[in-house]
Amino acid sequence: MNDFTHSAPTSEDCSASGNNDSGQNRSGYNNSGYNFAYLDEQTKRMIRRALLKAVAIPGYQVPFGGREMPMPYGWGTGGMQLTASILGADDVLKVIDQGADDTTNAVSIRSFFERVAGVETTTETARASVIQTRHRIPEKTLSNDQILVFQVPIPEPLRFIEPSEEETRVMHALEEYGVMHVKLYEDIARHGHIATTYAYPVKVDGRYVMDPSPIPKFDNPKLHMSEALMLFGAGREKRLYAIPPWTRVESLDFEDHPFEIQAWDEPCAICGATDSYLDEVITDDAGGRMFVCSDTDYCQSRREEVA
Amino acid sequence: MYVAVKGGEKAIANAHQWMADRRRGDREQPELDVDQIQQQLGLAVDRVMAEASLHDRELAALALKQASGDLVEAVFLLRAYRTTLPRLAETCPLDTGAMHIERRISATFKDVPGGQVLGPTYDYTHRLLDFMLLAEGEVPEADRAEASLEQCPQILDCLNAEGLIEQEVDDGSEPYDITRDPPDFPVDRATRLQMLARGDEGYLLALGYSTQRGYGRNHPFAGEIRQGAVEVEIEVEGFDGPLCIGEIMVTECQMINQFAGSREKAPQFTRGYGLAFGRNERKTMAMALVDRALRAEELGEPIQSPAQQAEFVLAHADSVEASGFVSHLKLPHYVDFQSELELLRRLRREHAARQTAPTTEQAADHPETAGTEEAAQ
Repeated sequence: MNDFTHSAPTSEDCSASGNNDSGQNRSGYNNSGYNFAYLDEQTKRMIRRALLKAVAIPGYQVPFGGREMPMPYGWGTGGMQLTASILGADDVLKVIDQGADDTTNAVSIRSFFERVAGVETTTETARASVIQTRHRIPEKTLSNDQILVFQVPIPEPLRFIEPSEEETRVMHALEEYGVMHVKLYEDIARHGHIATTYAYPVKVDGRYVMDPSPIPKFDNPKLHMSEALMLFGAGREKRLYAIPPWTRVESLDFEDHPFEIQAWDEPCAICGATDSYLDEVITDDAGGRMFVCSDTDYCQSRREEVA
Repeated sequence: MYVAVKGGEKAIANAHQWMADRRRGDREQPELDVDQIQQQLGLAVDRVMAEASLHDRELAALALKQASGDLVEAVFLLRAYRTTLPRLAETCPLDTGAMHIERRISATFKDVPGGQVLGPTYDYTHRLLDFMLLAEGEVPEADRAEASLEQCPQILDCLNAEGLIEQEVDDGSEPYDITRDPPDFPVDRATRLQMLARGDEGYLLALGYSTQRGYGRNHPFAGEIRQGAVEVEIEVEGFDGPLCIGEIMVTECQMINQFAGSREKAPQFTRGYGLAFGRNERKTMAMALVDRALRAEELGEPIQSPAQQAEFVLAHADSVEASGFVSHLKLPHYVDFQSELELLRRLRREHAARQTAPTTEQAADHPETAGTEEAAQ
């Protein structure tokens, strides 16, 4: 086999086409010739352009030319493409899944970026400049110099009401969101409560109804007037969207059934937190269980403070 | 006590090692090499190339080896590699009329200019297990013709003279590139064909089959199926004509379907089209059926069946996307599940309270019920 024909594009290829702003991997790790953060510079530029549009129109789903990533669709390829596009050599990256840094997929994505970008990684929320997340927003309030990148499976909040993309696009254009309230009302009629507990729809800046990704509704209030930029990437569906800092984000509700978040009867069994989202852990086969923080860094840092 | 899902990193590394060991299998057996796969599992290689949209037999064979023969996984491997490749040039449209024919059949005419060429096919084999292969018997070389076949005209073009079949004309527009730009439904036919060309064979087969069973029936005839090598040409600055940069094997299927016509237009046969890398006959036939079904709107036919619904058909055709999203259910969903648990417990508590409160007046753990009880006393 001719090695030349099968070698992956190198950063030289990119500088030939006129841009190579991110530079070569500085870790010295042999990353088999892939560009910094895996994607070629043209692709990153295309994604950054789409991101600028997304920031300019908060909550609007911008189509982008999503690429295949070397990980399966549905496993965070959208978030990874956004992270790859915004990552610079000086960034500090944190990756969480279900709030935890040590779940297998978070480990896998973190080691991918260690390998192809050589950036510093951390588990400390406060130290990270870019945080890629699946299903949670960290408990610690994010600051203006941090970016939160969400992995999104189905970006269209209206999808399970109207399966056709052609239709939902028109509905967004005309702000035809009545069906969404009908759906929530039907929940109340049937169950006495709104039965949506995660991926709870929000309205961004009074205009677009948006799927905040499958975060628990517990996290929805953190989207409102956040200091940090929030980016959402759906790889398979090839859509991205954004909530810029200091944007109004309201969870859909009714006057007589206001939006409310989950609460637990007991504190975290490890750190005693009463203000964090708790995971239920089954401790034996006799129904024994305990509740612990889903945000592992938050839990850890609280324990260290006490100690 | 509580053990979190720690040590993910170690578990992943061990899993990869175990998988590699499994793939190699019994060390007493000689290792399968990529050349063998390329040569002896050629149809699997072709399918992987077609669905990965990358013509490279060696890398497709490597992907098959690396994936332990899992076709969908191999397609994914090759697709992920493809996406990293730079675009050096765009080829001119393939001229399948100038194909070096290896196989070419028509179900619509008994004899055709250029002749019917059966070529290498399993079609008329009796599906009896050949135990000779088990015994590793030598296969004699096939006889070869002295002269190569002449260029064969496209059979559908023969219908053109009388205007019996609709004309496909290149309108010169730049084709949409589904690998660079996101699909924007509704998509035009050229885009649909791109998506079908990389669509999962099994999926297209089932959808094509459904049209034959009446779900969007469109009366197909296999007008022509041809397999062979075509030249790939590019335009290069400084040269007058296009330059040939090599040959690739492709399969093409042209279905002839029932007429469309209107008050102004005389009825004509319509076409369904399928094309794929390598020897991919089943795929191209299914693709042609689905392509024709998806033209329902354009041809003024009622859209009633799954195979006619473009967004449904196209958005779910890609095995890399489909398998990724289905398999992601294996990822942890603790947080969402916890949300559901919390709600379900609440709903059940309330349900129980409603059931017990009015009849037995027993104290329940629900404050509202307790209140009712006190009131009753």
